[in-house]
Amino acid sequence: MVLALLLTGGLYAVATTTNEAKAQTETYTAQDIEEGQKLFLANCSTCHGMEGAGTPSGPSLVGVGAAAVDFQVGTGRMPMQANGPQAPQKAPQFDAEETQQLAAYVATFGAGPGVPEEEYLDVTQGNAANGAKVFLANCAMCHNAAGAGGALTRGKYAPELMGVEENHIYEAMVTGPQNMPVFNDANITPEEKRDVITYLKTLETNPSPGGFSLGSLGPVSEGLFVWTIGLAVIIGFTVWLTSRSA
Amino acid sequence: MGSHSDGTPHQSGTVATTGTTEMERFPDPGLPPHRPRLTDVESKAAKRAERQVSLLFLISILGSVMFFVGYFGVRVEGPLYDVTNPTATDALRLQNLLLGLGIALAMFGIGIGVVHWARTLMPDHELVESRHAVRTEEQRADAQSILTTVYDESGIKRRPLLRNTLIGAAVVAPLPFIGLLKDLGPTNLDPLKETLWDEGVRLVRDPSGTPIKASDVTLGSTFHVVPENLNELSHHEGYLDEKAKAVVLLMRLDPESVNVSPDRADWNVDGIFAYSKVCTHVGCPVALYEQQTHHLLCPCHQSTFDLTNECEVIFGPAARPLPQLPITVDADGYLVARSDFHEPVGPTYSQRGTHVEEMQGEAN
Repeated sequence: MVLALLLTGGLYAVATTTNEAKAQTETYTAQDIEEGQKLFLANCSTCHGMEGAGTPSGPSLVGVGAAAVDFQVGTGRMPMQANGPQAPQKAPQFDAEETQQLAAYVATFGAGPGVPEEEYLDVTQGNAANGAKVFLANCAMCHNAAGAGGALTRGKYAPELMGVEENHIYEAMVTGPQNMPVFNDANITPEEKRDVITYLKTLETNPSPGGFSLGSLGPVSEGLFVWTIGLAVIIGFTVWLTSRSA
Repeated sequence: MGSHSDGTPHQSGTVATTGTTEMERFPDPGLPPHRPRLTDVESKAAKRAERQVSLLFLISILGSVMFFVGYFGVRVEGPLYDVTNPTATDALRLQNLLLGLGIALAMFGIGIGVVHWARTLMPDHELVESRHAVRTEEQRADAQSILTTVYDESGIKRRPLLRNTLIGAAVVAPLPFIGLLKDLGPTNLDPLKETLWDEGVRLVRDPSGTPIKASDVTLGSTFHVVPENLNELSHHEGYLDEKAKAVVLLMRLDPESVNVSPDRADWNVDGIFAYSKVCTHVGCPVALYEQQTHHLLCPCHQSTFDLTNECEVIFGPAARPLPQLPITVDADGYLVARSDFHEPVGPTYSQRGTHVEEMQGEAN
């Protein structure tokens, strides 16, 4: 159990020099921080400690930044629903304001990546073709070329990316939640991150021109379809062809 | 027909007993009585079947029309895959649907119609096709005498020298064809030994081609890397072949959590490690990096490599660890290779053993 929790959030201990510059861009009021502290003590401190320094059941939150909180709490992954190989996405437990207050408080623990600026989430300014290149080189091996997700080792998985909010995609890249690696701004620039988001949103808004995509999972779902529905149709016709007319 | 299952062997006909006469054999059961179909006796049913068949043919015509509606009627205008406006992709999807469905109905209607026609309206009377007569003893004797004549006249028994040289020739003659099989494989495997990596070659990002500072590689992050000199190659000069061999995954691990063998002590830069991305099993790109468990997973056959133990195989069919690329930093702080890989990357091939010895000889 302890191991699972460590796996879930141990990466928060990572503070990056490249992301520090962004930490100051978001300004929170003193009241946000105060409200955030109340929420933190009531909901997070059991595992992450009263000061967010971590306990044997949960990792330290020093230096994770507001971006990590906005992602983890905003997608419902935190507070964690159950111990397991991976914290699954669920309906968020806190509304946008509470999430922002929590983020404001956790950001005071130490410098970390802040929530992304609107400019880098605007898909009308992004280049989907370049985003596809970056995505195929860095993301597609786990998340599937069509963003449909895929399996990892020992019960872990890379989640589907269709329907994920722009800010959550950005924050996942910059913070590396759970077992996902970090893609800091020195590796994939904020403009390239916007291109990746544009590519994913393009896949989301545009239908598959070939018709049913069967989940875009490749040979597994397509093979299952052919071996059940396809074969059933062939057998049905064979029976009809050889039967005697009434 | 009724007597064949009353259990006595003499009457069943299915068990052959010696000395049975013609009379005791199982009688020819003949054909089952002809049963007329509904369409044979009722003209109303025949009329209905006729209408059904022509309806199927009409569906086929409709399918062909649908194809042309899709081909000429649907305009795919504007940019495809526009992030805010999917109209063009929607139109393309509709067009593909009409083309595919149209051709399918056109073929399906004719096929099913013809079969339905044959089943219901064409005559279904039984036909008897007799077997060929069994060959007579005389014909067998004739065939045997031909063989005997060949055997005698060729003198193959009297002249053993002829026989033995003929057997020899027949054995040796297929060998040239086996020799030709060798040409199906590559004649020169040396390209598998070398990659574009060499001393001082910068590690650059794939696909942007920008060099990487050691300080950019933060704990938990991973970079997909190609050699800088790869970008000088065009597609005619083997760009893809070279890329396929040279791809590298770069990540920083906590130096205290990693076991490094003494002869590889200077192959990493403060915990920044570079490993070949080509699986040693059958060559898939191994790039599924889990930053908490430090597992590297190959998506094809689930070979799992442990990054903290020099990419030792901990699960799956791969036989060897992934080759490590020795790296260092240059005067400007950018990551560069110290040398090429010290063993060939990717799966096993016929000359791999000799190549490993040669490469390790060069390295020392």
